[in-house]
Amino acid sequence: MKRLAILLLTSLLATTALAVEPAEKLADPALEARARVISQGLRCLVCRNESIDESHADLAHDVRVLLRERLVAGDTNPQAVAYIVARYGDFVLLEPPVKRSTYVLWLAPPVLLALGGLGALIAMRRQAGQAGPAPLSAEEGAQLAKLMQTDTPERPA
Amino acid sequence: MTRKLLFALPVLLFAALGTYFTLALRPNYDPQALPSVLIDKPAPGFDLAALDDGARVATPGLSGQVTVVNFFASWCVPCRVEHPILMRLAEKEKLNLVGIAYKDRPEDARRLIVQLGDPYRRIGVDREGRTGFDFGVYGVPETYVIDKTGHIRKRFVGPLSPEVALKELIPLVRALEKS
Amino acid sequence: MITEFGHFALIVGFAVALAQSFVPLLGAARGDAGMIGVGRNAALALFALMAIAMASLIHAYVTSDFSVVNVAQNSHTDKPMLYKVSGLWGNHEGSMLLWVFILALCGGAVATFCRNLPPALGARVLSVQGMIAAGFLAFILATSNPFLRIAVPPANGQGLNPVLQDPGLAFHPPFLYLGYVGFSVSFAFAIAALIDGKVDAAWARWVRPWALAAWCALTLGIALGSWWAYYTLGWGGWWFWDPVENASFMPWLAGTALIHSAIVVEKRDALKSWTILLAIVTFSLSLVGTFLVRSGVLTSVHAFAVDPARGSFILALLIVAIGGSLVLYAVRAPALAGGGLFAPVSREGALVLNNLLMATAAGSVLLGTLYPLFLDVVGGDKISVGAPFFNKTFVPLMVPVLLTMAIGPLLGWKRGDLLGALQRLWLAFVAAFLACLVAYYATSGGPVMAIVGFALAAWVGMGAIVEWAERVALFRVRPGLSLRRAIHLPRAAHGMTLAHFGIAVTVAGIAASAFDAEQIDLVAIGGAMRVGQYEMTLERVDRREGPNYLADEATFNVRRDGALIAVMHPQRRFFPLQERTTSETAIRTGIGADLYIALGDPDPQGRWTVRAYWKPLVSWIWGGALLMALGGMVSLTDRRWRIGVAVKARATGAAAVAAGE
Repeated sequence: MKRLAILLLTSLLATTALAVEPAEKLADPALEARARVISQGLRCLVCRNESIDESHADLAHDVRVLLRERLVAGDTNPQAVAYIVARYGDFVLLEPPVKRSTYVLWLAPPVLLALGGLGALIAMRRQAGQAGPAPLSAEEGAQLAKLMQTDTPERPA
Repeated sequence: MTRKLLFALPVLLFAALGTYFTLALRPNYDPQALPSVLIDKPAPGFDLAALDDGARVATPGLSGQVTVVNFFASWCVPCRVEHPILMRLAEKEKLNLVGIAYKDRPEDARRLIVQLGDPYRRIGVDREGRTGFDFGVYGVPETYVIDKTGHIRKRFVGPLSPEVALKELIPLVRALEKS
Repeated sequence: MITEFGHFALIVGFAVALAQSFVPLLGAARGDAGMIGVGRNAALALFALMAIAMASLIHAYVTSDFSVVNVAQNSHTDKPMLYKVSGLWGNHEGSMLLWVFILALCGGAVATFCRNLPPALGARVLSVQGMIAAGFLAFILATSNPFLRIAVPPANGQGLNPVLQDPGLAFHPPFLYLGYVGFSVSFAFAIAALIDGKVDAAWARWVRPWALAAWCALTLGIALGSWWAYYTLGWGGWWFWDPVENASFMPWLAGTALIHSAIVVEKRDALKSWTILLAIVTFSLSLVGTFLVRSGVLTSVHAFAVDPARGSFILALLIVAIGGSLVLYAVRAPALAGGGLFAPVSREGALVLNNLLMATAAGSVLLGTLYPLFLDVVGGDKISVGAPFFNKTFVPLMVPVLLTMAIGPLLGWKRGDLLGALQRLWLAFVAAFLACLVAYYATSGGPVMAIVGFALAAWVGMGAIVEWAERVALFRVRPGLSLRRAIHLPRAAHGMTLAHFGIAVTVAGIAASAFDAEQIDLVAIGGAMRVGQYEMTLERVDRREGPNYLADEATFNVRRDGALIAVMHPQRRFFPLQERTTSETAIRTGIGADLYIALGDPDPQGRWTVRAYWKPLVSWIWGGALLMALGGMVSLTDRRWRIGVAVKARATGAAAVAAGE
């Protein structure tokens, strides 16, 4: 039902408004640049996975305007972001804050890489250890020789 | 043994994934439900021009009454769907409904009330949507239940269905009134 | 009548797919040649039936037969012919039919090209394909039938979402599905090998072309989607880390790992169980993507209509297909004997590192895509995981990938000479250093990552050239001899060079996006705005009438240093049927940079909102992808993969390993 609400809401107000509008822009280029950077990290709530900087939804426009007001009023970037998070929650942050519930998310990639790397090394070691004592069979020796032969002419060192 | 376990790791991981997916598909789960961050926090202060006269509509809760704040707009189609339910809540259940016309022109909001009836005790005009922003409104209609001490206890996003009104909203208001 | 024919073909197809699933499997177990033969015939029959079903639905779309619900909901008589046809896959039911059609196409191709497979292996591969087809046909018939009729047909259809009425998007889904579904062949080969209990060089040699073909199609599909986003969304974005994009990107990452690890199986008889796992995971990620897009568990901008029954059905399919194959893997894979040994610094070692990083990247993207759902399902916080997270985790993983990409091909098998390889790459070092300097100088500084990106692009690009030059002994021997060497070089080697060079081109394009210039302004008729070194004058705005839309078309005269260099016509289109407005951007594409203009709304004073961009090297992003796919295709023409060669390879066994390159 809420989907319907959002659908109707957005469809009624939709125009070709393409993200940031000229009228929204701040006169001060430095402030405007800061506003752009902040709004690229804030999620538009009624559109899925779009930042308010990219979105043409009405709500995104409102948040862009309010954000710029805060900056003009003298907020620092973190203060302006906190102002919006206080109303809509961490959900608006496209980069999830590092906190207890997101440790897994943030730590998984490096941990996965480390475990994978360790696993690969151990597997390589073990295979080398297993096969170490066994000498190459005659057939394998021939293979190796052939391999070296076919490989070397293409790769003059 | 560890080697065997290693080869079973993918299927174990997938089992976890499958469980999550199954949970996510349970019928009453709405992936888009977004709870308000203001639950159990004081309702944002507001002071709006009233729709009908020059008086002000200000932050509820001081009156020691449970208040239901409903954000609506004349341009919002689902609000019209919801309106008869609001009328019933006001007439039959005598709820203390405060309406806030969100980003709406007063004359349009007035026309809506004349057409469909007035369920609200007071109506404030939030022309710029500032009050809505302070509440974290991201679409109309939205309905907030505010207790006697002025704390937000629940938010309903989208039009109230008769079922939700009967099973969730009214019991909550009654419970808050008793406390 | 024709529609009923298509519907009937679907039902018969389901029965045929069931036969294809079980008869050859049983035949392979019993060694019954007759039952094994059923597999091939069933696969060909299924392909014919799915072709009939597709043709009849296309017929309904082309003739605007609105008594078919699917056509009424997604088409309109005014729609241009191309979009009448592409409207078929612009919706859930039709795109599922396309999915199964492509699956049957792959099955038919396997049946045709793999006559020389050992009969039992071929039978098992076809049987796995039959099972997948049966599952999805049951899904279509039960929940998503595109052939349903309405008793009272509407006078006209509801039309297709205007955003989807675009040539880029017309061809994006077929390529994407060719990629997704194409990986079902390597999946089927993996399952067959697990049942068979045997993975060897010949197996890898059979699988690799299929995986490579799917990878090419997926690369093109993703590139088309990205390019479409770029020119259609009106602000020049081309990648958003949206869940639906991630759904297509994860199989690409896993598939990239697969086509590399299969090399190790083929040449060195190592990494067998890992390659089998990758083949399973790649297709599983395609299935998970299908589930995510269609079940509505993650609702993203372009998800298809959501229906819980569909979600549950696909989930059940997912659990049977992925769960079943992973259980089989857990039981059978430990028995696969490890193969050739190699030192950490070796060509195998480099490929293992590539696999490790690609797999980690795919895992991170999967986790990032699903994490909000995980947290929410267990009642945790509501969070978003968007582009900043993916950029922070994905980019650092790609830096070592790019660094190794130039070195790996120069290392020998078994034990490589790292120092020697680096010495031979001196030209790549120089190129990377120069790229740094030039980027720094030309842009007067800029984000560090962008400069690093240019350096990496130069490193990879020059590395690919150096490797190729070494193979043909360029400048070391007479040019004629080099040419002869180039001609006799296996096509796969040329393919690799092209594909790696394509990566370099794409990386350069991505790095350059840090230097985009943007201008958003209100412009009156006769007024001008500047972006970069270009001055654009709005000459006039005219009303134009399209087949199913009205357009405001602006005329911009673009000048550089006072000289007129282009006239550009961005449009703003209004589709009365859907009451939707879209922006038709005007882009002047160049090798060096794109100039991009999008027309927005007019204000009450008659001034127009205009967004203009100068985007250096942006077309390289897709140009590189095109080179990658081209490299894959060149590689596919390698004679070593032709029919028959692999059989001999298996017969001679060890010779296949030694044949190397």
